[in-house]
Amino acid sequence: MFATLKFAALLLAVVVCWATQDYDYNDAEIDEEPTLGDSPYGSLWPLPQKVQISTVVFKLSGASFHIFDAKASSSGASCRLLQNAYRRYDEYIFTSSRKQGQNKSKKALASDMSELQVWITSADSECDSYPSVTSDESYKLSVDSPVAVLKAPKVWGALRGLETFSQLVYKDEYGAKSINRTDIHDFPRFAHRGLLLDTSRHFLPIKVILANLEAMAWNKFNVFHWHIVDDPSFPYLSRTFPQLSQHGAYHPYTHVYTPSDVKMIIEFARLRGIRVVPEFDTPGHTQSWGKGQKDLLTPCYSGASPSGSFGPVNPMLNTTYDFMSMFFKEVNTVFPDAYVHLGGDEVDFSCWKSNPDIQKFMEQQGFGTDYSKLESFYIQRLLDIVTTTNKGYMIWQEVFDNGVKLKSDTVVHVWMGNKVEEELQKVTEAGFTTILSAPWYLDYISYGQDWQKFYRAEPLSFKGTDAQKKLVIGGEACLWGEYVDATNLTPRLWPRASAVGERLWSDRDVRDLNDAYSRLAKHRCRMVQRGIPAEPLFTGYCAHEYKGV
Amino acid sequence: MEEKTISNSRRCYKQWLCFMVLFMSFSVIYVDAVWPMPQMISSSMARYTLNPREFIFQYSSGSSAQPGCSLLDSAFERYFPLIFTDYRAARPRQHNEWFRFPFTVVVHVERAECEGYPDADSSESYKLSVCSGQAALRAETVWGALRGLESFSQLVYQDDFGEYFVNETEIEDFPRFQFRGILLDTSRHYLPLHAILKTLDAMSYNKFNVFHWHIVDDPSFPYQSSTFPDLSSKGAFHPSTHVYTQIDVKRVIAHARLRGIRVLAEFDSPGHTQSWGKGQPGLLTPCYKGTVPSGTFGPVNPANSSSYKFMTHLFKEVTSVFPDSYVHLGGDEVDFTCWKSNPDVRGFMLKMGFGTDYTKLESYYMENMVNITKGLNKTAIVWQDVFDYHEKIPVDTVLHIWKGSPGQIQQELSSITLAGYRVILAAPWYINHIDYGQDWEKYYTIQPLNFTGTEQQKKLVIGGEVCMWGEYVDATNLSPRLWPRASAAGERLWSDEKMTSSVIDAFPRLVDFRCRLLRRGIQAEPLFVGHCRHEYQGI
Repeated sequence: MFATLKFAALLLAVVVCWATQDYDYNDAEIDEEPTLGDSPYGSLWPLPQKVQISTVVFKLSGASFHIFDAKASSSGASCRLLQNAYRRYDEYIFTSSRKQGQNKSKKALASDMSELQVWITSADSECDSYPSVTSDESYKLSVDSPVAVLKAPKVWGALRGLETFSQLVYKDEYGAKSINRTDIHDFPRFAHRGLLLDTSRHFLPIKVILANLEAMAWNKFNVFHWHIVDDPSFPYLSRTFPQLSQHGAYHPYTHVYTPSDVKMIIEFARLRGIRVVPEFDTPGHTQSWGKGQKDLLTPCYSGASPSGSFGPVNPMLNTTYDFMSMFFKEVNTVFPDAYVHLGGDEVDFSCWKSNPDIQKFMEQQGFGTDYSKLESFYIQRLLDIVTTTNKGYMIWQEVFDNGVKLKSDTVVHVWMGNKVEEELQKVTEAGFTTILSAPWYLDYISYGQDWQKFYRAEPLSFKGTDAQKKLVIGGEACLWGEYVDATNLTPRLWPRASAVGERLWSDRDVRDLNDAYSRLAKHRCRMVQRGIPAEPLFTGYCAHEYKGV
Repeated sequence: MEEKTISNSRRCYKQWLCFMVLFMSFSVIYVDAVWPMPQMISSSMARYTLNPREFIFQYSSGSSAQPGCSLLDSAFERYFPLIFTDYRAARPRQHNEWFRFPFTVVVHVERAECEGYPDADSSESYKLSVCSGQAALRAETVWGALRGLESFSQLVYQDDFGEYFVNETEIEDFPRFQFRGILLDTSRHYLPLHAILKTLDAMSYNKFNVFHWHIVDDPSFPYQSSTFPDLSSKGAFHPSTHVYTQIDVKRVIAHARLRGIRVLAEFDSPGHTQSWGKGQPGLLTPCYKGTVPSGTFGPVNPANSSSYKFMTHLFKEVTSVFPDSYVHLGGDEVDFTCWKSNPDVRGFMLKMGFGTDYTKLESYYMENMVNITKGLNKTAIVWQDVFDYHEKIPVDTVLHIWKGSPGQIQQELSSITLAGYRVILAAPWYINHIDYGQDWEKYYTIQPLNFTGTEQQKKLVIGGEVCMWGEYVDATNLSPRLWPRASAAGERLWSDEKMTSSVIDAFPRLVDFRCRLLRRGIQAEPLFVGHCRHEYQGI
């Protein structure tokens, strides 16, 4: 369905992308089957902020078409990031036709479009940096004969623009690669567009993580939130505390991420403009930590004697904080991103309550019987430790809800499904930046087209001032791992996460479900053709069905 | 793998004959390995080390199947690498090669139907005895031998050092239900051949024995008919990339046969036939808007004799291409609005004296279809709708239950069997419906015979079927959505209900079996948090 034959013919007039329809919606609304029909925007996903597509069609030939640096570009042959991207996108655009041997058929196929020039306009291209929350991802793309020009202040925008360019190319009815004269000015609506993968409940082989980083780039996601450890297993191989994975991973050799694995993932992500934000969730969700680190967890009591089971991190021992400082010092050096996610969610107080030493400590500290004060005490000290490493931090909403004193650049992660708008209101009123995940728990599955539900969610629907709204820097799709591993992760994620991708990138007014369905169905076929088993939206077919099994 | 001691152990009764040194161990890595659970199984902690270099399959001297039995010869080749998953030279040694102490699986088959096809009355029972340094597998038919080989392969396990073991075990096994099917829908999404073949592999690991191929439907007609090539050239999603050629179909049938799986083709009519109309003008009923045709079409036109002529030709081809003695005629969800709108159909109703009861028209159509099938010496299977609307279907017709609440399903089972028809139950196993969490439990705890009826009536329930309708499923997500959820139904249909009534007992066995499926390259999804020693290596 990608690049349907009728594509060009349907572009009857110059269309300007400014969909102004604003749908009234609510969650109770019954999912309608979108009617099939081609979108005037072809297979573009997520939809750029401003697009003009004309009916004028140019041809591209794999033999003569090239992507290269514009003369005036501040980035050149030494920019590995861009050179890699050129090769990648050249392959995406021409793979199938080259296989058919078209590149041998030389000039017979007149090439109207001979090159795409990539022009990095600011003095510092940031080619060798890591992307950050303030990275400029904007770009301008002008497709005209004989050259197309992609202008971006930084390499990050160029990466996004290359993806967009590749999405504009389609096959005409004779199978020739074609592209319409197009003008695009594009930039993300939100700076933080993340995807959470959980490698603790099930171990995900490196290959799976890399494949999904690739797919993230096609959907213009820019944050990989790596929920790397949790109760069930501790696959992160720490140089400082190797016993953590030695005893806490499902298997000490086959089910761990070595330092070189982690490095590879971070670099692979960087080359695609994706940040890697690791999460080391404490004080709850830490059962697996206890296996390799004695005395870190609180011993639970059954009456007057230890029951043999353990609760959250033990907040009253100095050794706990010594451990955490050393551990986060390592995390700080391994993960280059300016942020680390510290978790802080779902702390169960029953074990703390059962422990007589903790009870005594509560008394000493004057906490009474309010265990959320103990939790805050722990988090506060942890935050101080992380602050000394010069990292910013993200935390789950409970930490804010419990009134822990937070640094002003803390990102509060809203995940609870009830009273989402209220929470966003409160967090931003307090002046904190925030990201939203509550509507996008993709691990929850149901029969039918649930992408529509994810698509309809609007992060800024809460009551608040413009200043408050600006504090919402984005959102994250979460794929928790209870029921997901390498066997089913990819088809469960795509194209459902793509719906979130467009919500976070495109303009608020882009919400026409029929138009989205048409583009998304093609986009999913493109992902399949590029080798990602993205599942179908509904009955239908792709010209190139998934070949793996 | 979970450590477990075996409480229910019966010593190998030929123990005193065993000359080999047995490796005894009291903390064996051994679970109740076989899925679905055999009817009778007992095992001891005595175990043999298996060495891939000293392992052979052999026919017993009295077996009616001997070397050259294509079906079993190829099964031996298949099972060798399934048993020795790490062994690279995946080939069994020839029986005339010299060994010190070869572990031999001796296969004895009473009736060799090595070139035949499995059918509705094929026996699948077998006896397997792992004892005295060998395994003796006895079965009435080659189909039973296949089931026994599968069980044997699941008895073999590896320890942490990669050594292979099999415990002394006695199994007597046979299926509870004769019909244990899986439906794949290749019309709503085209499934590439490799996806179908892979499913057949996994089916054999789960002892399923019927592939119900819902090959065509409204959205597309991928079956390439030699009699009516326009059906797929106009009705498929794509005339050359999204079709099943005659060679493809033969390959599916052959692949299934080697695994003891029947291929039951469904050509559903008169409804669900939109795609047929594209390549066969005049077949479908033109719908009317007032007095003029609206341009849309409804079900097959039952008023035209040409419809039946076409169907006779098509089914003549179908029944010669598909060797099974049953064919599925569909007959579900017929929408009467188009028929009602058409003046010719109304005229026909009048002529036939049907009044305004369109179910009579539908019955008339189905009766014709069943007779066509009968004339071709095949038995018809139809969806329950045909029974619901009609009394006059031949008594050997099989009804297929697909809808209703649990109460309605029980009622339907009662009334269909009371009328003396055989029945297949699919309604509780619509596995395309997905939910968060462990829904395999739901499929596991179904009791197919829990309805009011005599013993005689219960015998008419010949089995069940897992349906994977294709609205939201194609090659990208079929396997993980099917396995191991379908495995739950697999055990329900094969095993004794009393022995397998506990979800709690089943869970660790299914977790283990799921990892075994993974090891064999089947993309089976996890049941819950955890891991497999060998994770899936694709994406």
